Amino acid sequence: MKKKINSNTLLLLITIALFVVMYIIGCIIYANKGFTHFQTFLNILINNAGLLCVACGMTCVMLTGGIDISVGSLIAMDCMFLAVGMEIWKMNAMVLIVLVLLIGVIFGIVQGFLIGYLQIQPFIVTMAGMFFARGMTAMIYSKQISVSSNAWFVAVANAKIKIPFGSYVNNKGVEQIPFIRIPVVIALLVLIIVFLMLKYTKFGRNMYAVGGNEQSAIMMGLDVKKTKLKAYMLSSFLCSIGGICYCMNTMSGSVQQALGLEMDAIASSVIGGTLLTGGVGNVIGSFFGVLINGTISTLVKTNGKLLSSWSSIAVAALLCFFIVLQSVFAKIKDGKK
Amino acid sequence: MSNLKKLTSKRLFLPIFCMILVMMVNIIFDLASGNFPFSFFTISTRNGVLYGRLIDVLNRGSEIAILAIGMTLVVSASAGTDISVGSVMSLSAAFCCMLLAGFGVSSATQLQMPLIVGVLAGILMGCLCGVFNGALVAYLNVQPMVATLILYSAARAIGLLLCNNLIVYIRDDSFKFFGGFFGPVPTPIVIAVICVAIMSVILKKTALGLYIQSVGINKKASRIAGLNSERIIFLCYVICGLCAGIAGIVNASRISSADSNNIGLSYELDAILSVALGGNSLGGGKFSLIGSIIGAYTIQAITTTLFAIGVSTDQAPVYKAIIVIIIVAIQAPPVSAYLKQRAAKKALAKGVN
Repeated sequence: MKKKINSNTLLLLITIALFVVMYIIGCIIYANKGFTHFQTFLNILINNAGLLCVACGMTCVMLTGGIDISVGSLIAMDCMFLAVGMEIWKMNAMVLIVLVLLIGVIFGIVQGFLIGYLQIQPFIVTMAGMFFARGMTAMIYSKQISVSSNAWFVAVANAKIKIPFGSYVNNKGVEQIPFIRIPVVIALLVLIIVFLMLKYTKFGRNMYAVGGNEQSAIMMGLDVKKTKLKAYMLSSFLCSIGGICYCMNTMSGSVQQALGLEMDAIASSVIGGTLLTGGVGNVIGSFFGVLINGTISTLVKTNGKLLSSWSSIAVAALLCFFIVLQSVFAKIKDGKK
Repeated sequence: MSNLKKLTSKRLFLPIFCMILVMMVNIIFDLASGNFPFSFFTISTRNGVLYGRLIDVLNRGSEIAILAIGMTLVVSASAGTDISVGSVMSLSAAFCCMLLAGFGVSSATQLQMPLIVGVLAGILMGCLCGVFNGALVAYLNVQPMVATLILYSAARAIGLLLCNNLIVYIRDDSFKFFGGFFGPVPTPIVIAVICVAIMSVILKKTALGLYIQSVGINKKASRIAGLNSERIIFLCYVICGLCAGIAGIVNASRISSADSNNIGLSYELDAILSVALGGNSLGGGKFSLIGSIIGAYTIQAITTTLFAIGVSTDQAPVYKAIIVIIIVAIQAPPVSAYLKQRAAKKALAKGVN
């Protein structure tokens, strides 16, 4: 079966092409700094495992036509909770992880209820959630704290899963075997599960229907309110999983953590072809969005001379470009009718 | 009963009610801690300038009041909020200080160019940000909050680049004027009063206020009625950027430096909160500028009270977020419909009896 290329798949193709071009340019410019190694690509995955989970949740919410800007603060709260729980309360890591996931679900249910059942604009609710979570982070503990005493958590965070191919010998003559870490596995699992859920389950299709046209979704007899509540719950839940991955990466909790992560997550989804108006999008696109995001920051870091502000400016510019592209496509579509 | 109802249905009921509530909390708190019960309201003069907690609230609340002017218009016209105002504040402050101190200088005792040029350039930077936001929202039909999200993260980063990742100090007395004192009165209060006065005159004497409301209520109908809806929305965002620019300069002058990481942090929440507290619907349409201004000072009073009780700067957003949610939840259509239904049932029961 041959599919016709419409404007939506075109957006996805542009994204993939952009990633490939960006990576090749990086390989050419920074060939001597090790950009060509397979490990560099894996590092992008390792550094952005948390972001990938968050972007999956964000994509689901954006499919329903909403948005969730509380994710960055929620991650900070999760990390702080984990760190303080392990270092000061000396609790079991497994219990803490379950608690964090529970907090995510409750947080999502409250937001989803306010948005779905009370019909408040998603932005207002999640913005209040953003400041609430950031403030709560400071309430839990106001200083920076690093995780080191919990042996199990440290072991899981430091575990390397070796990949049998793509190894190279570095300039000291030692063979470097490329590896990934456990958060990457979690994130990829999340990606696959969300992908299947969106494609084959009733809930997944409902989200597309609600985002595509809310009025007709109601007419079809779908429970729009419940779908929205579930979508925000899912987003906060995935965000909490992302928070655990993030904590394994940074091994610390601080009030200023994950500042502006919501921006990266939204940018990843939008770059990946999810329409801001809802109804169109895919987590595969978001995956490439995350990769582009990671490549930009890796490029800035590899350069070494540029300030880190450049990467957030570049992501914002890219987001702007794709938003404009989307609205131009929408205008062309309107013109055809 | 009916008098009470009349009172609660007044537009300015919510902001004034909240204001009185905050003052009550202050009086109770002072009583509890054994201070003079009306110490919140006492105004004295020290070193020739006015001094007191009320003056402090008015002084510190000036930036929020200035932001609230722009935010009210944006909310009214486009049913969305501009969440970039805090970042734009820091960007215009950074630009202004960069021009005054020279690029890459972290501390300047002498201004590199006339003060007025730097200040105007900073305000112009705010306007430019407004133009960017407005173009995206009005002409490209991007949702307001997504469009302003771009500058929300980028503006602060650009500010850091302009300052070369430094905190730029300007140790010149003339620069401190905007955050200092004008005679005995703190200058920010004067600036806020001037801004509010100019805006109210514009809204009262021209049809702009009416146009903005009609665009907010129904964009398509206003266009058919002959209004240039896009241009009006665009203008609202530019005004909002302008206000953010002014607020940024005032804030920078107050601390006589440009600290891109901290200027205007979480001011967007305060600005949106003051619009909501002012009795304006966040869904657009009718607005009351005075309500927003009262709302802005109420927010500052809440913040000051929280600090007085001993809540740290990091934790204050928790309470403010809860207040936002409560106010917005009361305004939400299903809740107000439920309340109306209950009132009607009660009236019916009364009629039967």
